[in-house]
Amino acid sequence: MNLFDYTRADTVEAATLAEGAFLAGGTNLLDLMKIGVATPARLVDITRLPLADIEEADGGLRIGALVRNADLARHPAVLARFPALAEALLSGASAQLRNAATTGGNVMQATRCSYFQDPASPCNRREPGSGCSAIGGQTRNHAVLGWTEGCIATHASDMCVALAAYDAVVEIAGPEGPREVPMESFHPLPDASGAGPSPLAADEIITHIRLPDSGGMARNARYLKLRDRTSFAFAIVSAAAAVELRDGQIVAARLALGGVAARPWRCREAEQALVGQPPTTASFARAADLAVLGASPSGSNGAKIELARRIAIRALERAAAGTPVRLPALPASVFAGDDNG
Amino acid sequence: MTLTLHLTINGADQQIPLDDPRATLLDVLRERIGLTGTKKGCDRGQCGACTVLINGRRMNSCLALALSYDGARITTIEGLAQGDALHPVQAAFIEHDGFQCGFCTPGQIMSAVALIAEAEAGMDPERIREGMSGNLCRCAAYAGITEAVLDATRTMTATATDAERKSA
Repeated sequence: MNLFDYTRADTVEAATLAEGAFLAGGTNLLDLMKIGVATPARLVDITRLPLADIEEADGGLRIGALVRNADLARHPAVLARFPALAEALLSGASAQLRNAATTGGNVMQATRCSYFQDPASPCNRREPGSGCSAIGGQTRNHAVLGWTEGCIATHASDMCVALAAYDAVVEIAGPEGPREVPMESFHPLPDASGAGPSPLAADEIITHIRLPDSGGMARNARYLKLRDRTSFAFAIVSAAAAVELRDGQIVAARLALGGVAARPWRCREAEQALVGQPPTTASFARAADLAVLGASPSGSNGAKIELARRIAIRALERAAAGTPVRLPALPASVFAGDDNG
Repeated sequence: MTLTLHLTINGADQQIPLDDPRATLLDVLRERIGLTGTKKGCDRGQCGACTVLINGRRMNSCLALALSYDGARITTIEGLAQGDALHPVQAAFIEHDGFQCGFCTPGQIMSAVALIAEAEAGMDPERIREGMSGNLCRCAAYAGITEAVLDATRTMTATATDAERKSA
C-alpha cells in the first residue's frame, strides 16, 4: 500500500473540497489499495458526516450514503415496502462486510474483473489506452449487454440492481451544487476505448439515495441470484423483479438484471410488455426474451444470456407469488423453493 | 507526523501513537497492543480470521483503517472469557470440535458471538450456516461449528431467560 495523507471531513462541503479519495466502510478501497490498484495520495475519511439516517420521504425513503448495508437490509420500512432491496443486500458479501460497507460505497465499488484487479494486466478501465486483458480471457463474470471492445467488465453490486428496479435516484453534492441521477443510468457504459466517463467528478460525493413509493408492488418483489456458491459470492447473473397485480392482471412491472453489464440493467421493454398480461410463466418468458434482447457474448460467456433469461423468469414468478413474510434462510438463492424460499 | 489513536479494547482505554496512517485495526491489535489472538488470514476481507467486534458489531479488522475507528470500542477473542471461565461460545466450540488447526477459530468465535447477539438465525442451522459464511475454515470443521453455535445459542438463551425470571 502506498503512503497517503489522512484527513477527516466533518461536513459534506469540506469533503468535496478535500481533494482526496473518500474513505467510508473501506471494504473495497482498502482492498484495492492493498493490491496496488488504488493509489490515492490522500484519504478523506467521511465516516463522520451526518449521512447515516434513513428518513421517510413522500411515501418512499431517503437513505443516507453512510447507512451501512446491514442496517439498510434490516430496516423495518425496507423489509416491509422494499423487500427485494433487503434480499439483494443480504445475498451479497458476508455479515462482517455488510456491517462495514455503506450505501454510497456500494454504489461506487469498483468492478471485480480479475484483470482490473491485477496491476500487471493491461486494463483500459485502470489505465486508459492500455488494452483489455479480459477479452479472450476468463469471462465468466463479464458482460453480455452494453459492452464494447474497450471494456467488458460488470458492476458487481446486488444492491444497485434492486435500487434500479425500484426507480431509485442518486443525490449528489459538489462545489457546483447538488444534482440527481437515476440509479439505472448512474454507472456509465463503456465506450470504444474504455470504461467511459467517471459517474462523479473528483470533487463530487453521493449524499443520499432516494426511493420513491413502491405502491402496489410492496409485497410482490424478489431478488434472485445465481452464483458459484450459495453465500458470499458475486452474481454470475441476478434479477430484481416486482409486479403490481390487480384482478388477475399485471398493471405494473419492474425488472433489472445484475452481473450482465457495467451497470444494473433495467429492462423497460420487458416491463412494458407485461402490463395487461396475466402473471403466468408464458408472460414472463416473453418479457425475459425482451430483457436480453441485444445481448451478445463478450467471450466464452454466451451461457450467461440464457441464464439471465431464466433468472428473469423465475424472479418474476417469485415476485408474482408474493414476498414471504420473512426472507428465506438463504436470501436470493436459486436452490430455495419457488413458493417462498 | 504521529497521530494518536484512542480505542477501548476489551474494556481498557488505550492511547496508541501511530506514525503511519496505513495501519489497519488488525495491525494495531496484533503489533502495537500485542493481542495476537486475532488472526491475519487473507488480509483482504475474504476469510474472516480477523473478525472482531467494533462497537458491538462484527467486522473484518483487516479492512478497517485504524484511524477511521478512532474512539471505537473493540472486543477481541481475548476479551470474551471471565478469568478462567470461558465464554459459552468458546466452551461450545471445544465441546463440539468446532475446529481442527484452530487458526480460524478466534474469528469464528467472534463472528458467532455477534451472530447470536443479532438474534436472527435462532436455532435454524441453515440460517446459522448462512450467517457464518464470512468465516472460512480450511480444515472444514463446519459441521462442528454449526453444532457449537446451535448449542451456544441454546445455552445463552436459557441463561438469559433464567436471568429474566430472577429479575421478574
